Amino acid sequence: MNKNTKKFPRWLLPAFLTAAAVLAILFFLQLLFLPKYMSDIPEGAMVAEYYGETTDHEVIFVGDCEVYENFSPITLYENYGITSYIRGSAQQLAWQSYYLLEDTLRYETPEVVVFNVLALKYDEPQSEAYNRMTLDGMKWSPAKIGAIRASMTEDESFLDYLFPILRYHSRWSDVSGEDIKYLFSRDKVSHNGYYMRVDVRPVDSFPEPDVLADYTLGSNAMSYLDRMRVLCEENDIELVLVKSPSLYPYWYDEWDEQIVEYAEEHGLYYFNYIDLADEVGIDYSADTYDAGLHLNLSGAEKLSDYFGAWLSETFDLTDYREDEEYSAVYAEKIAFYEEMEAAQYQELEEYGEIVSY
Amino acid sequence: MLFTSYSFIGFITAVFIIYYLFPKKYQWCFLLAASYVFYFLASPSYLLFIGTTTVTVWLLGRKMETLRVRQETFLKEKKGQISREEKKAFKSQIKKQKWKWLLLGLLVNLGILAVLKYTNFAIANFNGFLSMIGSTKQLSFVNLVLPMGISFYTFQALGYLIDVYRGTCHAEKNLFRLALFVSFFPQLVQGPISRYSDLAASLYTPHRFDARTVSYGLYRILWGYFKKLVIADRILAAVNTIIQNPEVYQGAFVLVGMLFYAFELYADFTGGIDITIGIAQTMGITVKENFIRPYFSKNIKEYWNRWHISMGTWFTDYIFYPISVCKPMLKLSTFSRKHFGDAIGKRVPVYLSAFAVWLATGVWHGASWNFIAWGLTNYVVIMVSQELQPLYSRFHARFHLNEKRGYGVFEIIRTILLMSCIRLFDCYRDVPLTFRMFANMFTQFRLSDLTAEAFLGLGLSAADYALLFVSLLIVLSVSIAQERIEAAAKSAASGNTAVNAAETEKNSAVQEKMPAAEKGVVRGVRDRIFAGAVETPPRCASADIQPEGRGCHPARAARACDAENASRFAGAAAWKYILFAALVIVVVVFGAYGIGYDQTQFIYNQF
Repeated sequence: MNKNTKKFPRWLLPAFLTAAAVLAILFFLQLLFLPKYMSDIPEGAMVAEYYGETTDHEVIFVGDCEVYENFSPITLYENYGITSYIRGSAQQLAWQSYYLLEDTLRYETPEVVVFNVLALKYDEPQSEAYNRMTLDGMKWSPAKIGAIRASMTEDESFLDYLFPILRYHSRWSDVSGEDIKYLFSRDKVSHNGYYMRVDVRPVDSFPEPDVLADYTLGSNAMSYLDRMRVLCEENDIELVLVKSPSLYPYWYDEWDEQIVEYAEEHGLYYFNYIDLADEVGIDYSADTYDAGLHLNLSGAEKLSDYFGAWLSETFDLTDYREDEEYSAVYAEKIAFYEEMEAAQYQELEEYGEIVSY
Repeated sequence: MLFTSYSFIGFITAVFIIYYLFPKKYQWCFLLAASYVFYFLASPSYLLFIGTTTVTVWLLGRKMETLRVRQETFLKEKKGQISREEKKAFKSQIKKQKWKWLLLGLLVNLGILAVLKYTNFAIANFNGFLSMIGSTKQLSFVNLVLPMGISFYTFQALGYLIDVYRGTCHAEKNLFRLALFVSFFPQLVQGPISRYSDLAASLYTPHRFDARTVSYGLYRILWGYFKKLVIADRILAAVNTIIQNPEVYQGAFVLVGMLFYAFELYADFTGGIDITIGIAQTMGITVKENFIRPYFSKNIKEYWNRWHISMGTWFTDYIFYPISVCKPMLKLSTFSRKHFGDAIGKRVPVYLSAFAVWLATGVWHGASWNFIAWGLTNYVVIMVSQELQPLYSRFHARFHLNEKRGYGVFEIIRTILLMSCIRLFDCYRDVPLTFRMFANMFTQFRLSDLTAEAFLGLGLSAADYALLFVSLLIVLSVSIAQERIEAAAKSAASGNTAVNAAETEKNSAVQEKMPAAEKGVVRGVRDRIFAGAVETPPRCASADIQPEGRGCHPARAARACDAENASRFAGAAAWKYILFAALVIVVVVFGAYGIGYDQTQFIYNQF
């Protein structure tokens, strides 16, 4: 036996190769088992979609469904030349918005950040399923680690995020053609983060709002709003607070007063679009697809047009319609937007409802 | 810290690495520290109880050792100077003193166990009694901590103390070494109840890293996780649905629940013990086997010799035998022989001792009438089958059924069903309900109830059932292979190789490939895997080479043959890596863990 074999036991190489093979197979299986969010719950695919962007944005939205279903970046571009992106996700909590903003700043520095304040009603982690939809799509960075740590419910483990196969292994019996088709790449599901719906379901009625024991917005959530404000200040970004014109979940006057107070204290803009709905032109019998919870395309375009006008008047934003590179990129985006709009109308006509989006 | 939690896997990985980096002489000290950290993480208050047990048992052990030495010294000094009677009297005096110390140890430690585990049970029964006599007064229940694994470590420590009393082992001088024996973390959760003389042999000795031993341990751990995570924690959903809804799941589903629970308990308990033994093995420590494929037993007595062996032997050695030979029992035996004749008279001590053992076994399992009824039902079945033995013998002598192979399978199935029926006490919430459901299994039995839809309503999907079925086949195949290998090894040891000729031949082939130090020991399936013997022996031998064979040129044909054999052996050697990798992937993918599954403690942890 020579010196080398003494130094390196015979089992070392095969053991190493076995470990490598196991890791490679598990990595492949992880890709296979990860939910693809293509034909069902497309909201789950939106956070990751951002990383495919080739151009920068001057306006970044962060928040829950009240941003990604109510604002249309394509309208902002078409009407005002504003480039924007919605880093939204289902039930996005305040700390997730903060870390998504931190994450976004790794790639670009916008002029304006718009945060929808509804999420401030939640002061603690809520649901593992929603956490995953927001966090799985984030690329690994200190921001993602921070977001995971801040978001985990009691049953969750950081390891499940680090190695998603530990979370999704139970999908072994649910693997479908979609999992194989989208193993390495995904289709686009959003329009710069906007989730389009063209159908209409007029507002009917909502349950009476509960009487709360305490109307104070949680200190944890508010601390993340504060961190967002500081982050924006440090990066010379204007922070704008909005409450979208969704009628449910109920937005209490007491909450609104606290936001007004906060905005005044820190010199921020704050718009409650529930109060401004008439001025925006929202018609709740035609501009919502789920009876007032979210706007449909018509409503989102109205709100975006109204908001875009204010943005371009208030801030020194560039009109990118005149930029060659941007117009080429946005021409494609607009085509995709119109194509989806047409397809959804066709489904409405054919089936009486939207079935594929 | 659950065995199935990420933190435990992280813990054992860290312990494993540090253990081998630690100075060999002090490895046991590190293990003691690790065990106490493990216990501390479960709850700091537990340390008080395990600490008390350790210190009292150590002190009393030392006291008895001093007495033993005094006796030895006295007898040596007085050799030839004192009469036999004087010698006997001195010995008896020492024994009495030792007995007092032992009694103190038993009272203190069984007292702690009794108070912590059985106080509320006693209160509940007392309250029941008060209600029965019409009293409206009720005692309040008390909130006591129940240290993890207290039944296991108390019995292990007391086993040691009794051994010292009997002189079958020397008292440990070093308190910390004894502390490690009592608290050794892999077996703290659910046993086995190791004997000092078994465990001490490898617990304190220095261990160098040995790739083969470590790999064997890792294989064992993985096999345990396979049984616990893929089988037990998956089938658990269906078992719980059936036994928690007795008003819905009746008749045929009582049988289904009973069989599912048999599978779950086996996978859960043996899986946990595999993990325990495997962890110890990765550190070079040998923990004795606690199961020898109990579901292959042909009668209940054999079953109890193969299931939870460490508990069974504990009760036999420390309760059955002492009661059988204690003075009152001997007197009773004499009395009954005199009055009822030899046939009945000789049975009385056996019946009474066995009754005490099974009552104690039931009580040990838990503070509930269900466990007591379970223990006593075992007792009744064992005694009845023992009494019917002559009848069986006459039957077999006449019909020779036991010589037929199929009869063995029948006996195995009969034992499984019998044990599963008794285990119904473990399933349903109280004794009357258990009896009702047992009767219901027969009176309401309708095969037509067992529809696919009904099975899918138990909380398992068709894919889950398919996975469980495949897992059952895997466990069965491995168990059959292990059974055959051990049988062949036994018959080879006794010189009778004809019985298992094929297996013996395979074992010989395995021995050839084993390291010199381990030659002659074929323990089982892992030896076969590591020797590459999952494959058949080489197809090609030089004698097979014929001029008109695969090549016209004999030398070329021989080279081709060597190459084929070499590649076959290389391929065979690769099996240990391939199977290991496959097992890791199967556990990770098919394990019932993480979000969507409730992390469950091992069933035997509650005892």
